[in-house]
Amino acid sequence: MGEMKNDATTVRVLEGSETGFATTRIDALLGWARKYSLFQYPFITACCAMEFMSFSGPRFDMARFGAEAPRFSPRQADLLWVVGTISQRQAPVLKRIYEQMADPKYVLAFGTCASCGGFYDNYTTLPGIDKVVPCDIYVPGCPPRPEAVIDGLLLLQDKIARGDRTPAVVKPRIDPVKKGEELLQLHRKGNG
Amino acid sequence: MSKQILELLQARFPGAILETHSQFGDDTAVVDPAVWREVARFLREDPRIDMDMFVDLTAVDYLWQGAYPRFEVVCHLRSLQYGHRIRIKARIGEEDGSGADIDSLQPIWKGANWFERECFDMFGVVFRGHPDLRRILMYPEFQGHPLRKDYPAQKYQPLIPFRDVPDKLPPFGPDEGMSFGRQIHDQHAGYANEEAPKPPEA
Repeated sequence: MGEMKNDATTVRVLEGSETGFATTRIDALLGWARKYSLFQYPFITACCAMEFMSFSGPRFDMARFGAEAPRFSPRQADLLWVVGTISQRQAPVLKRIYEQMADPKYVLAFGTCASCGGFYDNYTTLPGIDKVVPCDIYVPGCPPRPEAVIDGLLLLQDKIARGDRTPAVVKPRIDPVKKGEELLQLHRKGNG
Repeated sequence: MSKQILELLQARFPGAILETHSQFGDDTAVVDPAVWREVARFLREDPRIDMDMFVDLTAVDYLWQGAYPRFEVVCHLRSLQYGHRIRIKARIGEEDGSGADIDSLQPIWKGANWFERECFDMFGVVFRGHPDLRRILMYPEFQGHPLRKDYPAQKYQPLIPFRDVPDKLPPFGPDEGMSFGRQIHDQHAGYANEEAPKPPEA
């Protein structure tokens, strides 16, 4: 169609019948392709599975973010969801699953137990899956709300697009300290 | 009805019933571990008692209470025909955890098999005559018995070696994500926090 102008660049949008070319960097193109075609392997062990089901179901609908297809073979998967408590006996299995995945591979720790062991602070449980496999995203919560999981998935996509492999933690959308102060003031107002 | 069971036990094993207790319809008999299996067989086979359902078997570690036979093996039984229950206990074990041997009940109730394996796994109680006394919950490489009170609460025994990364990245501290942190209870501080990680430098 027409031209979109701003001070720095001029962009011309092609119509359907026209042909043309665009320039980009190969890693940016690959990152863009990868971030919207995450094939996921759900490694689901515990109660966080309920939240994972609601997240992958129609209400929260992870398919919107290009992470629709579950693959129950790690060899076809890009993203390993570790959902739930991993006991010491499961740790070798998790490690082997991770090793079977083809590069590039990403790991998302879903919930507090997968992130750090949670309140299973004893002999039974792996204190965080990053003790055996490198982890890209930590989604805290016991279990995390689906919004937090969406934030985690978007954060992962952002990191894939930027080529960033450092671990990241999903931050709460509202600061509980500030929110608590607000609620307290509301409570005082009501009583006063 | 069920109080009669204690009387029957007293009559059948004079001197071997160390203690009885009956409250709210729950009967308990503490028996001499030497006659553990005979008592169980009597409860199973006597037509007046007929305890045909093996409900539960576990152990309690009374190390911190200073009880001399350190462990108490607890067994719950029920009769489907009469609907009555009984709890039998036996006290075994030395202060250091040795000598915790007792006869297996597996020849009498097949269902005792896995309960006794769990009890062996968690407490190290050895059941003589058990056909297959292996760990059932923990892995074979595990050292010690984790529900004994002298097992350090935070002693990990990883099945595979942990990755060689020094620490979690900055958003994580040692207590990250834990709802209550690693609390110190004065009474058992030496046990609970023997191997606790050091807090970060402030």
